Amino acid sequence: MARYQNILTQVQVRGPAELGIALPTGQMPRDGKPWYIHWLGIIGNAQIGPIYLGWLGVASLFTGFIAFEIIGLNMFASVNWSPGEFLRQLPWLSLQPPPEEVGLQLFPALDQGGWWLMAGFFMTTSLILWWARTYLRAKALGLGTHVAWAFASAIWLCVVLGFIRPILMGHWSEAVPFGIFPHLDWVGSFSIRYGNLFYDPFHCLSIAFLYGSTLLFAMHGATILAVSRYGGERELEQITDRGTASERAALFWRWTMGFNATMESIHRWAWWFAVLTPLTGGIGILITGTLVDDWHGWAVIHHFAFSN
Amino acid sequence: MALLSFERKYRVRGGTLLGGDLFDFWVGPFYVGFFGVTSILFSALGTALIVYGAAIGPTWNIWRINISPPDISYGLSLAPLAEGGLWQAITVCALGAFCSWALREVEIARKLGIGMHVPFAFAFAILAYFSLEVVRPVLMGAWGFAFPYGIFSHLEWVSNTGYKYINFHYNPAHMIAVSLFFATTFALSLHGSLILSAANPGGGEAVKTPEHEDTFFRDVMGYSIGTLGIHRLGLFLALAAVFWSAVCIVISGPVWSQGWPEWWNWWRNLPIWG
Repeated sequence: MARYQNILTQVQVRGPAELGIALPTGQMPRDGKPWYIHWLGIIGNAQIGPIYLGWLGVASLFTGFIAFEIIGLNMFASVNWSPGEFLRQLPWLSLQPPPEEVGLQLFPALDQGGWWLMAGFFMTTSLILWWARTYLRAKALGLGTHVAWAFASAIWLCVVLGFIRPILMGHWSEAVPFGIFPHLDWVGSFSIRYGNLFYDPFHCLSIAFLYGSTLLFAMHGATILAVSRYGGERELEQITDRGTASERAALFWRWTMGFNATMESIHRWAWWFAVLTPLTGGIGILITGTLVDDWHGWAVIHHFAFSN
Repeated sequence: MALLSFERKYRVRGGTLLGGDLFDFWVGPFYVGFFGVTSILFSALGTALIVYGAAIGPTWNIWRINISPPDISYGLSLAPLAEGGLWQAITVCALGAFCSWALREVEIARKLGIGMHVPFAFAFAILAYFSLEVVRPVLMGAWGFAFPYGIFSHLEWVSNTGYKYINFHYNPAHMIAVSLFFATTFALSLHGSLILSAANPGGGEAVKTPEHEDTFFRDVMGYSIGTLGIHRLGLFLALAAVFWSAVCIVISGPVWSQGWPEWWNWWRNLPIWG
């Protein structure tokens, strides 16, 4: 009755390390000698490394580190350099954007949001360098650039929150602070200030795509694991040469809900749902305060909320 | 018949849990089975009750149709149809339909000789719904604590319930759940992208292999979880997101009834800070 459901890998095979597909000429060598973590091997590959750092990777990690340090040291300074207080209050500590009167000045005093601007600059630089890296690593291996364009969608949301919308609003103080609870406070007060973001149709779309992505990954992950006894996890083979794993996966959904994706198209559904989450979310943020000041009032005008 | 080219050889008898061969047939692309029949009955009745609720309600505006649970004063008792009784009947129908659907998935998986992962995953969604509409109201002593059925009315319920706890983002289980939703979507985008980029390399390139997939991720971040592992990870992240969502609402009220920001005072007041 009980059958093995392939939840964990029971026997790990350890052959020679996989050093990767050869790179075209003109590329730098890969870094690091591969090593293994047994616990990782229970769910996926046990092998760690090698990695292709290149100058983009190094620059991205470096600028990311600078942003991280600026944020961390500002928080540390805000508790008078007391290590105990730093740990005790860490979730509440923040690096705030410039106050409203600073407007869009590029070089305000450091304690007037200057540090925040610098941290934002280095964080954004780090993200963009990493984006270029995902693009070029795909090109070097002769792959499509789908990862880079999906990543661009996430960067879009980031840039809307910290850069584009503050510029449209006329001051950096509109942007999100760095900090664990402070950024949550920002989210909460943003929604209250603009009459409840739940009435923002693009916020609705973004949430629907977020939940939809989770639903899709549950459906897809479960389906592939269910047909893994027929080799279903070898998706590229199943795409180019359909086998019984694909057929059973498709029929499961066809018989359940009258419709099925294919081994390739399920990944298009996945890509679009995931990409549209920050894309629509970014639009929802961008039009708040710029085009619409009060989402509840907007909803009343458009007959989907009651005035109260 | 709506048969796919390869479908006929898979349409075999057997695998049912209940009813033997009685309901072992297809209608168009749909498999029926005993639980298909119960799914239809529950969902038809539930939908009809929703339409009836809309008909006796104030509006046909699709965004504003609303069927509320009984007032708090009814406690956990049955209410008249127009005062929350409809909501109670619809909830029973919904749970009946969801469980029928899950069991129908089990029958289909058995028929196809595949694993039980999909019905297992769906069970988490049912559990989350059950937590919101039954477990938490029962723990708090009134059906009135459940969310209403309506597109914007349920959003208003989420909003109002959140503000009862001052700032719901401070709920630690909510933090975990949101992080897991983001992580799942992030992982899904990476997985979908990777497969598409290998299958559609563009510009006269040949279709790529799993070795290219592993190499790309090792090159970019030093680790590739692999073709099987990504599906385990994705399923785990998605189910964990749902599980922690259920936890975050069930503890709001029954376990913690003040503002969630105050909950964190235990951290600031730990004796280790001296």
